[in-house]
Amino acid sequence: MKSTSLRLIDKEELISLSIGCTILAGGGGGDPRVGLMMGLNAISKNGPVKVIELGDLNDDDLIIPGGMIGAPTVMIEKIPNGSEPIIIRQMLEKYLNKKASAMMPIEMGGLNGVLPVAWASINDLPIVDGDLMGRAFPELQMCTPHLYGIPAWPGVVVDERSQAILFEPLDNVWFEKLARNAVSTLGGCACAGLYPLTAKAASVPVIRGTISAAYRIGAAIRAPSIDPLLALNNEIELYRLITGKVIDVERNTAGGFVRGSAIVEGIENDHGRLVRIEFQNENLVVLEDGEPLATVPDIITLLDRHTAMGIVTEHIRYGQRVVVGVFKSPTQWRSDAGLAVVGPRAFGYEIDYVPVEERHERVS
Amino acid sequence: MNGSVDLRIGIDVGGTNTDAVILDRNDLVLAKFKTRTTPDLSTGISKALESVLSQIPESKHRVTHVILGTTHATNAILQRRDLLKVATIRIGAPASVSIPPLLDWPKDLRKTISSGEIIVSGGSELTGEALAPFGKDGLTKFIDSVANVAQSVAITGIYSPVNAEHEFEAAEIVQKMLGEIPISLSSGIGGLGLLERENACVLNAALIGVSRKVVDGFSEALTKNGINSLKYLTQNNGTLMSLDSVLKYPVLTIGSGPSNSMRGAGHLTKVSNAIVADVGGTSTDIGVLINAFPRESTTPVDIGGVRTNFRMPDLVSIAVGGGSILRKTGSDITVGPDSVGYQLPDEAIVMGGKTPTLSDAAVVKKRMTMGNAKLAIPIKDFLSRALEISDNRVWEATDQIKTSRVDVPLIVVGGGSVILPDSIEGISEILRPDNYEVANAIGAAMASVSGQIDKVFKLGGRKREELIEEAKSAARDQAISEGADPAAVEIIEVDEVPMAYLTEPVVRIRVKASGPLGFV
Repeated sequence: MKSTSLRLIDKEELISLSIGCTILAGGGGGDPRVGLMMGLNAISKNGPVKVIELGDLNDDDLIIPGGMIGAPTVMIEKIPNGSEPIIIRQMLEKYLNKKASAMMPIEMGGLNGVLPVAWASINDLPIVDGDLMGRAFPELQMCTPHLYGIPAWPGVVVDERSQAILFEPLDNVWFEKLARNAVSTLGGCACAGLYPLTAKAASVPVIRGTISAAYRIGAAIRAPSIDPLLALNNEIELYRLITGKVIDVERNTAGGFVRGSAIVEGIENDHGRLVRIEFQNENLVVLEDGEPLATVPDIITLLDRHTAMGIVTEHIRYGQRVVVGVFKSPTQWRSDAGLAVVGPRAFGYEIDYVPVEERHERVS
Repeated sequence: MNGSVDLRIGIDVGGTNTDAVILDRNDLVLAKFKTRTTPDLSTGISKALESVLSQIPESKHRVTHVILGTTHATNAILQRRDLLKVATIRIGAPASVSIPPLLDWPKDLRKTISSGEIIVSGGSELTGEALAPFGKDGLTKFIDSVANVAQSVAITGIYSPVNAEHEFEAAEIVQKMLGEIPISLSSGIGGLGLLERENACVLNAALIGVSRKVVDGFSEALTKNGINSLKYLTQNNGTLMSLDSVLKYPVLTIGSGPSNSMRGAGHLTKVSNAIVADVGGTSTDIGVLINAFPRESTTPVDIGGVRTNFRMPDLVSIAVGGGSILRKTGSDITVGPDSVGYQLPDEAIVMGGKTPTLSDAAVVKKRMTMGNAKLAIPIKDFLSRALEISDNRVWEATDQIKTSRVDVPLIVVGGGSVILPDSIEGISEILRPDNYEVANAIGAAMASVSGQIDKVFKLGGRKREELIEEAKSAARDQAISEGADPAAVEIIEVDEVPMAYLTEPVVRIRVKASGPLGFV
C-alpha cells in the first residue's frame, strides 16, 4: 500500500512533518519547535524544499546526512547560527573532493526530523526522502549504515561560533564517545554531518520514504476529525497497549542521559490495569506485571488521549491522559545484527525481542 | 500590638464587574460590594472602596493592606491598546540568528509593538561562561537608530537565567544613551526557552504604560478615600507583587484572575487540595489547587497569539454557565456556547422570557429557585436532558484535570454555581462556601508573597541535595524581600529536570517559596 510521496516541503508541510516527528520519535529527540521555526524562516527566505527519492540521484552523487547532537533541552536556549549546515557541507565536500547533491536527516524523530529540512533550504539542496534510523535513537552508531560496516566518518561537528571539528575515529562507537565529549565542551549541543554516502552506497541502508510517512502522520492528526487517534491509526499501524492516566514519573541523569520510568494506570476499557514504561531519552520497554508488552526497536510513544500528539519524555507529567502506542520498527532493526545494536539487550534488558504484531492484536 | 489595625481590602477589577471585600486579621469577610467596572479604572475602584469602607465604622485607619487583581493587562494585549513601542534587543550572536525575534507574532500585534529588533553578540553558555564577547558597538548603533521611536526596551540574553551579566551591561548602555526609558530584562521574567522568554519580555516592555495607568489609578482611588496602607497587585500564581514590581514586570499579572478565584475558593472552604469550578454566566473555568496554590500549566501558553513561558494556572474551560442557551437541533440538544448573559432576568423562561437557559433547567430540577418554575413545566423533559449534558460536561472536565486517582473535593464558586449538581463521580464532596460570588476579591485579599527560583545548576562534585538546599534558600530570601513573614515562609514546590546528553551532570531546579504577609 504505497501512499503518495511528498515532493515539496512548504510551510504547511513542515508543520505537519514536525508533528509526525513527535510520533515517530518514541519519546526522544526533543521538542521539534526550534527546527520548525528555523525551517519556516529558511523557507520564507529561500522558498520550499524539494524532496527527492534515492532513485532520482546518480550512483556517485553525494548525500550528506545531518542533525543536531547533544541535549535538545540546550537547543531551546542556544539556538543555532544558521551557517552550520554550510560549513558541514563545505568541509565534507573538500575532504571528499566532491560536491554534495542532497541532504538527509540522520533520524526521523523529534527535532532532528525537521532541522535537516532547514539545512537543505539553507544549502539550496534537495532533501532525500529517508533517514538512517526510521525513528529516534540516542547514539551515533545506532544508524542503519553501521549494520553494514559503513563508517560514520568523515564526520563534522560544528557549533554556532563556526568552530568545526572533523573526526577520523577508529570506529563508530569511538566516534560516539569523542563527539559526545566535544559537544559537551562546546556547550551541550552542536550540529553534525555524519555517514556521508554516495547514492549507491545509500541504497541498501537508507530507510526510505520516512519524510513522507512522518508528514502524512502529522497531516492526519492535524486534520479536523472526531477521533485523531483513529486518523493516526488509518495512516500508520498503531498498536494500543493501554489507555490510561500517568500516575507517576521518575527521571534521573546517568551517563549523560535521562533515564527513568512512567507508570500509566488504565482508564475506560483498561480500568484496573497498570503499565510501566522505562526510558533512556527514548522509551525502551513497556512492562505489565513484570512481563514485557513491547520493547525497542519497536517505536513506543505516549500519545495524548484526545489530540493523538506525541509526548516527548521530558514533557511526561502526572495526570496526563495518554494512549501508550506502539508502531512497528523498521525491518532493518529486526535482524540479528540490528537487534545487537538497538534491541532490548543493547540497553541492558535481559529480554528477547518479540515484534509488536506477534504480541498484540490491532484494535481500531 | 495594636489589635484594631488589622483590615485587608481585596479588589477584583474584571471586564464587567469590580468587586471589593474587607477581611479581618482572621480572614473573616466583614464587608463586600459588587459594581460594574467603569472604563475609567480609578472611578470604579473608588466606588467599591467607598462602599465597603462605609459598612464598617472607623475602618479607614485600620486598613493595613489593599490588594488589587485585574485583567487589564490581558485585555490591553487582546485589544492592542495602550501598548508602548518596543526596541527588542537579543544578546546571543553568533548563536540564534537563524530564528530572528518576533518571527511568529501576529502581524498586527508586531506592527503595533515593535520599533525595531537586533541580535548582538554575547550571552551565556549553560555553564555560565560567556557564549561570545558582548557586542557593545552593535548595540550602540542600534540604539541610535531607534532613539526617536522606541518608548520601551526589551533585553533578552541567551541563558540569562543562568548568567545575566550581559543583560545588565546592555541595560546600562541603553540607560546612558536614552535616559529614563523603561527597560525590561528577560532574566527577571521567565525560565528557560529563549524564544518564549523573549516574547514574554517584549510583551512586558509593551505593557509598562498600562501598568503605570493601573498603578496610578489604584493609588489615586486610595488617596481619594484617605487610605494610606500598603498596596499590592496579584500575579499569575496567586501571590503578591509590590507596585514597584508591577511597574517593572506587568506581564506577570496576566493570569491573576483565575488564580484569585481559585485561591479565594480555597480560603473560603479552608481546603488546600481540591478542584475548583468558577461558574460564570457563559462559561466555567475548572482548575486544581495544590497546597492552596493553583497548579500551573506545563505547556507553553499563548497570549494574544504570542507563545510565552508564563507561569499560568492550568485550566479547562467549558461552555457551562447560568445563562447558557439551550437548543433543540434535530434529535440532539445543545448547551451553549452562547449565553443570554446579563439579560437572564428578562430572557429566562421562568422569568417569563423566551429563551431556555441552564438556569431554567436548574430551577425545574430544584437546584435553585428563581422566577416561576411552573412556566418551565411544558419543556421539562427537554430541560432535564440539557442539564444531564451540562452535568456530564462538568464531570468530564473535573475528571480530566484531576491529578490522582483518589476522589477529591470540588469547590464551586461564581455567580452561576447553583446550576452544578450535588454529586459528581470521582468527587468526594461538593463545597459551596458563603460569599462565593466575591471569591475573586477574597482571593486577592488572601494572596501570599512568593519567591521563585528556576536555574540550571552544575553539580561539579557537589551533591544534588546541596544544590536543592541552595535553591530553596534563594527562593525563601526572595519571598522575604517581597514582604513575606520570615517566620512563616514555606517551600511549596520543588521540581528537578536533569539535562540529557551532557557528560557532566547538570540539573535544572525550580523552587517556589511562599508565605503570608508580615504584619506591620
